[in-house]
Amino acid sequence: MNLFAEILVSGFVVLGATFALVGSWGLLRLPHLMARLHAPTKATTLGVGSVLLGSMVFFLAAGDGLSMHELLIVLFLFLTAPVSASFLAKAYLRRHPDEAVLPRPGAGGWMTFVDEVGDPNERPAPPSPREPSGSSQD
Amino acid sequence: MTGGPTLRAVLRRCVPHPAISVLLVGVWLGLNNDFGAGTVLMGVVLGLVVPQLVSGLWPAPPRILSWHKLFAYIALVLWDIVVANLAVARLVLFRPVAQMRMHWIAVPLDLHAPEAIAVFAATITLTPGTVSCDLSADGRWLLVHCLDAADAGEAAIGLKSRYEDRLKEIFG
Repeated sequence: MNLFAEILVSGFVVLGATFALVGSWGLLRLPHLMARLHAPTKATTLGVGSVLLGSMVFFLAAGDGLSMHELLIVLFLFLTAPVSASFLAKAYLRRHPDEAVLPRPGAGGWMTFVDEVGDPNERPAPPSPREPSGSSQD
Repeated sequence: MTGGPTLRAVLRRCVPHPAISVLLVGVWLGLNNDFGAGTVLMGVVLGLVVPQLVSGLWPAPPRILSWHKLFAYIALVLWDIVVANLAVARLVLFRPVAQMRMHWIAVPLDLHAPEAIAVFAATITLTPGTVSCDLSADGRWLLVHCLDAADAGEAAIGLKSRYEDRLKEIFG
């Protein structure tokens, strides 16, 4: 492996690690769950992306041919990360059922607060409201 | 020209989701990291059989109107991910928490196809700084949390003009 490839690989790995570190730091520093959710989405996209780019360059330069696994990892991450983020956000909305801080969506409510779509009589009583999301500590 | 339509019908019956078939072959080749004839054959078999098995679960897949625009959209999102990553990293490292202008915003949706809305929501989550959280019960609004936005209305208009307008051209 020549010097140029080594520098390129190290650059990608260090860049990816830096973004993973910033993502983790954000997880520590940000005040509540909704804000913290922003940090891991960052670490998975650019952090993992550049480490995988480094891995591809490494195997190319080492003479093992083009490795496709990294592209698939990126594909699967990009498919799954939004789903898990959405589930976390929905769980948060469930635990902090204060709809007042949310903007009103036209006539109906948000999906999370409507248990049976089209059958409003079957809705259970909402749990007791907690602190509004903007200032609470989780 | 009598054979034309029937050939099309047979093709449609055999390959209900051509794009999914191509994607499956690609994923199979990638997983094996091998482009030999045997692997390609197995990939083609999977690409033909799996869409048949799942076509009942997904009866009306959306038509992609412009593949060219779809790939342009993917490139745009990748570029935005890089730019937004840098912006959010600066925010996390240097901005005091009290000065972050966090907002819940409701984005009105012009898209109708569930697949198009899913792509829009996933795009919003993948670009750092915004997370899509919920859909309204009538499916016409998307609830988005912004880490730092000067104005909620402007942020919603920005997301719509940057991503939704392009998705409308792709999914119709």
